[in-house]
Amino acid sequence: MTLIGVDGRAVRDALPDDAALMRALQGLITARRLNEQAYALVRQGRLAVYPSSHGQEACQVAAAQVLDDGDWLFPTYRDTAAIAERGVDPVEALSLLKGDWHCGYDPYEHKVAPHTTPLATQLPHAVGVAHAARLKGEPTVVMALCGDGGTSEGDFHEALNFAAVLKAPVVFFLQNNEYAISVPLSRQTAAPSLAHKGIGYGIKGERVDGNDVAAVLAVLKDAVDRARAGEGPQLVEAHTYRMQAHTNADDATRYRTDDEVAAWVDRDPIVRLEKHLRDRDLLTDSLLSEMREAAEKKAASMRDGINRDIAPNPSDLFAYVYATPTTQLQEQGAQA
Amino acid sequence: MTVHEKLSMGQALNRALRDAMAADPSVVVFGEDVGPLGGVFRITDGLTAEFGEDRCFDTPLAESGIVGVAVGMAMNGMRPVVEMQFDAFAYPAFEQIVSHVAKMRNRTRGKVSLPMVIRVPYAGGIGGVEHHCDSSEAYYAHTPGLHVVAPATPSDAYDLLREAIASPDPVVFLEPKKLYWSKEEVELSGRPRASAIGRAVVRREGTDATLIAYGPSVPVALEAAEVADREGRSLQVVDLRSIVPFDDETVCAAVRSTGRAVVVAEASGFASVSSEIAARVTERCFHSLAAPIRRVTGYDIPYPPPKLEHIHLPNVERVLEAVDDLQWEDS
Ligand SMILES: Cc1ncc(C[n+]2csc(CCOP(=O)(O)OP(=O)(O)O)c2C)c(N)n1
Ligand SMILES: [Mg+2]
Repeated sequence: MTLIGVDGRAVRDALPDDAALMRALQGLITARRLNEQAYALVRQGRLAVYPSSHGQEACQVAAAQVLDDGDWLFPTYRDTAAIAERGVDPVEALSLLKGDWHCGYDPYEHKVAPHTTPLATQLPHAVGVAHAARLKGEPTVVMALCGDGGTSEGDFHEALNFAAVLKAPVVFFLQNNEYAISVPLSRQTAAPSLAHKGIGYGIKGERVDGNDVAAVLAVLKDAVDRARAGEGPQLVEAHTYRMQAHTNADDATRYRTDDEVAAWVDRDPIVRLEKHLRDRDLLTDSLLSEMREAAEKKAASMRDGINRDIAPNPSDLFAYVYATPTTQLQEQGAQA
Repeated sequence: MTVHEKLSMGQALNRALRDAMAADPSVVVFGEDVGPLGGVFRITDGLTAEFGEDRCFDTPLAESGIVGVAVGMAMNGMRPVVEMQFDAFAYPAFEQIVSHVAKMRNRTRGKVSLPMVIRVPYAGGIGGVEHHCDSSEAYYAHTPGLHVVAPATPSDAYDLLREAIASPDPVVFLEPKKLYWSKEEVELSGRPRASAIGRAVVRREGTDATLIAYGPSVPVALEAAEVADREGRSLQVVDLRSIVPFDDETVCAAVRSTGRAVVVAEASGFASVSSEIAARVTERCFHSLAAPIRRVTGYDIPYPPPKLEHIHLPNVERVLEAVDDLQWEDS
């Protein structure tokens, strides 16, 4: 589904309201700026690696913006921008990639699960959080993110099946960016679409234009509402594209052409929404520069935070393995 | 109120689950066939009837999903106790256990703890066909972040399970299948008792050599000590109960008191828990040892078919041969 076309024109009614679109634009501009900043920080040797969501910002922003405070976000390793949009300090979100610690934020503070790298393994956790919430009578919905490649992992299928059987309020949100590192979608699945994967589990699947933030917001909002209303898990596939290499360490020219990438430039989520809002006189130059300034401020604070060296504390290595360190760990910690 | 009842290990485990569920509404039990059937070994018998389907429920047949869902439930305020149907059928959950169950607390610097128990009917001696008799403790014990326990008596089964459920850390709970039907008087306090996790216990006093065992090998060690006693040799038996945390203190004090030790375990000996015990006791007690520590373990072979498992499993004879080998005289 598309709501706003690449030319910025609404192709259907039922757009999110003006305030929601303006908020989305701010989110997109910030997410893009953070992606660029993180990429620069890798080149400067401040981050070990950065999997960028450049080009996928509509998905990143919408996934966070449709949630209530009590809801949970379960990100993949690529979803730093979504984590930041949810409210986590980007410096804390990048701890994993900076190397100070694995997870740099308190998952309970913004209800964001730790982002980790084993693909799809977070999805059963998302089902567990949702099921526990349901047992406790809490209105929580869990937004569980996954890539196209991740849908081939067993845990994706086990999570969908468990969620459906338990009627767990989970929205499985797939960012189909056409590649898993170098492997194209055609090598990942023979299904007509990733949304079809819900059928075998009794879960309704939706497809949405992943570079149209209005559409992603609308579809995800609808999915969240249904999950909250007790209709069980929902599956949404967003078709988008990873504009940069898999990470800075990857050479994308080995598996895709410049022409292919160029075709997606016109579908940029930010350009499209800006155009739409300008055409409707909702966006002015001064509003836009305010938004850019806000993004710049976030990027600057992220840069400062990442550039600040904090001496990691070796005793932390032994302190958190168990609630109470074993005598063996106490001994090893004293030696280290 | 404290009562005594004669219970099998299976019944003691069932009581522990019931008492824990009654005491704490956040305790939930789930897995394959654990609902109305009560589990293939009946350890969860009657729990769904007593506590309802929200508290004890059957899941789809997918172990990674079971453990992964338990992780999420533990993140969100519950105390899941999940059952793996058999030792070898826990392997599909291995990634979840190693990459998340074990690492979550450390990953989040203690912000997210996972109070969950993974119950595993474990080890051999029941004539089970392939994939029903694995001794998988080394995989778990090698993974920092997990507690790993294995009861050898109904009383310990009750106490350890209550304590495992109450623990803020994830516990892999290995239930020796062949001991499910062994019976003894169990003291039921209704409350979790003094800590057994991390505490080994001397099951039998003795002065000539120490047998170190855990789980299914404890009765073998005790029987060997009984036979040795008739032959004039006094063997001490230490039951680890807890593989992780490991009770160096009790084990080393025991070995120092006799100066000789044999480790008895069903698992294959190579790169095993028994190797670890031999190594760490040697490191700590070298000057008290009159002989190298011997190990009596399963051979380094895939678990044998039922008709041959007696070849593989440590028995009294093999234990006593190892004891005989402990350089009683310089020769
Ligand atoms: C279990 C597992 N296998 C392999 C990897 C290595 N790996 C990291 S990202 C990636 C591709 C993921 O593709 P997709 O799910 O489409 O996400 P995207 O990178 O496109 O966001 C692979 C193979 C991993 N992280 N986890
Ligand atoms: Mg992909």
